[in-house]
Amino acid sequence: MEDYIVDWSRAQFALTALYHWIFVPLTLGLTFIVAIMETIYVKTGKEEWKSITKFWMTLLGINFAIGLATGIIMEFEFGTNWSNYSWIVGDIFGAPLAIEGLMAFFMESTFFAVMFFGWGKVSKKMHLLSTWLVAIGSNLSALWILVANGWMQHPTGMKFNLDTARFEMSNFFDVIFNPTAYSKFLHTVGSGYVMGSLFVVGISAWFLLKGRDTLLAKKSIVVGATFGLITSIFLILTGDESAHQVALHQPTKLASMEAIYDGQKRESLIAIGELNPDKEIGDKKDDFLWKIEIPYALSILGYHKIDAFVAGIDDLVYGNPKMGIESASSKIKKGKIAIEALKTYKQAKKDNDMPKAKEALAKFRTYEKYFGYGYLKNPKDIIPPIAISFYSFHIMVGLGTWFLVLFGLVLWFIKKDKLETSKTLLYLAIFSIPLGYLAGELGWVVAEVGRQPWAIFEMLPTGMATSQISTTSVQITFWLFVLIFTALLISEIKIMLTQIKNGIKEA
Amino acid sequence: MNNLSLLTLQQYWWFLITVLAGTFVFMTFVQGGQFLLNRLAKTEDEKDVIINSLGRKWELTFTSLVMFGGALFAAFPLFYAVSFGGAYYVWMAILFCFIVQAVSYEYRKKINNFLGQKVYETFLYINGSVGIILIGIALATLYTGGNFIKDDMNLSHWTNLWYGLEAVTNPFNVAFGLMLFFLSQVQANLYFINNIAEETIVQRARKELCKDSKLFLGFFIIVAISLFSISGVEYQDNSFTLVSFKFLHNLLNTPAILIGLLIGVVSILYALYITLYKNSTKGIWFSGIGTILVVISVVSLLGFNHTVIYPSLSDINSSLTIENSSGSHYTLLVMGYVSFLVPIVLGYVFLVWRSMDREKLTIDEVKSDHHHY
Ligand code: HDD
Ligand code: HEM
Ligand code: HEM
Repeated sequence: MEDYIVDWSRAQFALTALYHWIFVPLTLGLTFIVAIMETIYVKTGKEEWKSITKFWMTLLGINFAIGLATGIIMEFEFGTNWSNYSWIVGDIFGAPLAIEGLMAFFMESTFFAVMFFGWGKVSKKMHLLSTWLVAIGSNLSALWILVANGWMQHPTGMKFNLDTARFEMSNFFDVIFNPTAYSKFLHTVGSGYVMGSLFVVGISAWFLLKGRDTLLAKKSIVVGATFGLITSIFLILTGDESAHQVALHQPTKLASMEAIYDGQKRESLIAIGELNPDKEIGDKKDDFLWKIEIPYALSILGYHKIDAFVAGIDDLVYGNPKMGIESASSKIKKGKIAIEALKTYKQAKKDNDMPKAKEALAKFRTYEKYFGYGYLKNPKDIIPPIAISFYSFHIMVGLGTWFLVLFGLVLWFIKKDKLETSKTLLYLAIFSIPLGYLAGELGWVVAEVGRQPWAIFEMLPTGMATSQISTTSVQITFWLFVLIFTALLISEIKIMLTQIKNGIKEA
Repeated sequence: MNNLSLLTLQQYWWFLITVLAGTFVFMTFVQGGQFLLNRLAKTEDEKDVIINSLGRKWELTFTSLVMFGGALFAAFPLFYAVSFGGAYYVWMAILFCFIVQAVSYEYRKKINNFLGQKVYETFLYINGSVGIILIGIALATLYTGGNFIKDDMNLSHWTNLWYGLEAVTNPFNVAFGLMLFFLSQVQANLYFINNIAEETIVQRARKELCKDSKLFLGFFIIVAISLFSISGVEYQDNSFTLVSFKFLHNLLNTPAILIGLLIGVVSILYALYITLYKNSTKGIWFSGIGTILVVISVVSLLGFNHTVIYPSLSDINSSLTIENSSGSHYTLLVMGYVSFLVPIVLGYVFLVWRSMDREKLTIDEVKSDHHHY
């Protein structure tokens, strides 16, 4: 029963988050691209740039609406489905969420209205400013939500309070300047910019293939591909920084992303490979059926040092004393001591036995670091699903490399004035739109599945975090979400395609 | 500010929550307007004007709701956990009503929109009726209580399988919901009278206002009489007791609340008076301020004066107070600094609103606008 509620809550959260993430990246990227286009319009005064701006803006509006629809549910789901979580870490986690609402959402929704309905009502400059503020607002919302998420990946700035039985914030700046949050933020908004670029380039490519609105499509594609090329480089650099952060703080995630069982110094990076499906943690079977490696690369990428030791799954589960890695079973044992100490402390407080409470408190503080481990049953539980992490990560990286190549090729062909006749490239550009979405979703799968079994890394196991409600109630809402979000997604796609077919001029 | 006591910070935050609640309830004129769509508009053009008039505001209402949730989470995490994680079905139902709203403005008239214009308008109608009534019911449970228990570790669970839906069987809760429902329509009429230049719509809105204001006042009186005659839960340290006429006591013993409530009510009545008898178009401003004041006062009957903010019907000792459900001193303080942004946000919202609404909306303008809903 207990296990089911966790699984359904996770499924529901994953479902709603994955849906939300279909719409958010495009908003993040397209708001900037539209703002750039409008800036060109205001600078040059050319009406065609106004049409171009309005065309992409209309698509943005369609996407934005459904982003809001899927976003509101996420905000409240922490309470509805993760209510233990909300209490245990709400003191820290609630803050960035509230700041996000205040700083970002109001900015977006206020200036969004000006951006859409303000043409002719406010001055050109004011309108342009509003468009930029929408772009900034949407990126600020990404910042704060990623501060929250970064904290889940690498918790800092808090202390466990035994009396309230929860974590409490001890340093706000540690929370908001968490390096994990910043690498995540930059990488995530970067993925949004790339997504926006893929969208503009792909749709413009379609116009070119159809031979319609070619002039405007060409102008759009220059903006899109240039923005895309720059942001792809940025995306890869920040992706590397994200991997570095993972290596520093989440060794179990890194080991699973790369499917390393037996850790080494000068570890190589698997470029591609196929996992051996029969392999289990702790056995001596081969981990890969076949693979292509880049020597030393993982040590360099992960730790920025050629000699760095990269811990493998077996090291992390069974311990590796030579490298100073403690085994999971030892951590679990210490965690159980901490849990006992907490209970003793609570009881002693109730009985007004202060010396005993003090002793229990001291014991708790000694083992506090392992507290979360005490709730795990099996040492192998510390390892997230390996195959999902591995394949998601590698497909994402592969796609990221491809997008860079794509934007480069498009710009090259534009320069040679051959783009319109290069049908293959234009088709590739169109088919890369769904690939962009795929890469982004997989990125989140790496991040979130790779965090398992923890809701708060090494602090709070996911199983402890749920609401204590019946599984049936979550099943009901899960299926309702499937139904409604799918219906809305279909509407969105149909409207979007129709609007695109209408073309740029009529917009 | 650093040496403010924990209790002061808790009270400050509860006060902010009441302000957010007031702002949100004021902004529900959007919901009221959606509900009235078919009554006030007889032609497609008229419908478009109404939708576009609301369409410039609905996101603010939506965002206020999100903000309300976010502020509760940050300041009173235990309340957030207990209420959302316990009254699961009620909150989920409310959220569904808002999910369908969010796409409806944008998608309603778009070509090839899959579900069809009718369905999107039905979504708006559901949001404007079920959505707002359920929110009212959920708010009413702050006075009447919920079926939850919290343990030693402050982890909580609901004690029946209705997960909050049982609240609809309490007549007070329902009356509260209906009161907000009619209030939203009163405000919507006042808003349209102020915002739309089409005479036919304005005429209908005035007629409708006449009816809605009676219904609203009726339910307001019922709710007020019940509220001031029911018992509330009071706490001292860790002991909780049921006290009769608790809310009446709070009202009479706290002049600020009493005065706030009176000014609020008078302001709403004044709005109705000048609109119905003096043909004024400025009613929305007075009713808006009045609504905000009334909500602040009524919600302030909770939280202060040792009154719990969420009584438990299952175990009175599990009841939530601003003291046992708040964030830590540190977090409340940090967020207190953050709250200084509120006036800035309100400021730019107000300026933008003014500059966008300088002229009233007409059918012609909607038609000529390239991006109309
Ligand atoms: C268009 C989408 C896209 C593309 C092409 C890439 N990424 Fe990515 N990646 C994301 C979209 C994304 C994301 C959706 O934005 C994630 C999910 C969570 C996060 O912080 O960003 C992410 C997460 C993510 C993580 C996990 C961070 C964590 O667990 O906290 C790593 C290590 C990388 N990425 C690394 C890379 C590298 C080395 C790439 C090389 C090209 C790359 N990503 C391309
Ligand atoms: C919008 C992009 C996001 C996507 C696509 C996403 C995806 C997912 C997925 C796939 C899971 C399930 C993991 C599993 O159970 O194995 C999950 C769980 C979860 N995510 Fe995210 N996530 C996103 C953003 C966030 C953010 C920003 C936060 C926090 C601020 C967050 C918090 C959570 C929580 C609390 C859970 C449930 C507990 C858990 O499984 O650890 N997610 N998410
Ligand atoms: C699980 C965590 C998340 C929660 C609780 C959440 C919450 C929300 C909410 C409530 C909205 C509606 C805002 C409004 O009322 O104006 C929204 C929209 C938005 N969210 Fe999320 N979100 C999550 C994940 C993310 C992530 C990971 C990003 C970006 C990296 C993001 C970026 C945005 C943006 C840009 C919007 C506005 C644009 C749009 O609607 O498409 N969100 N989100």
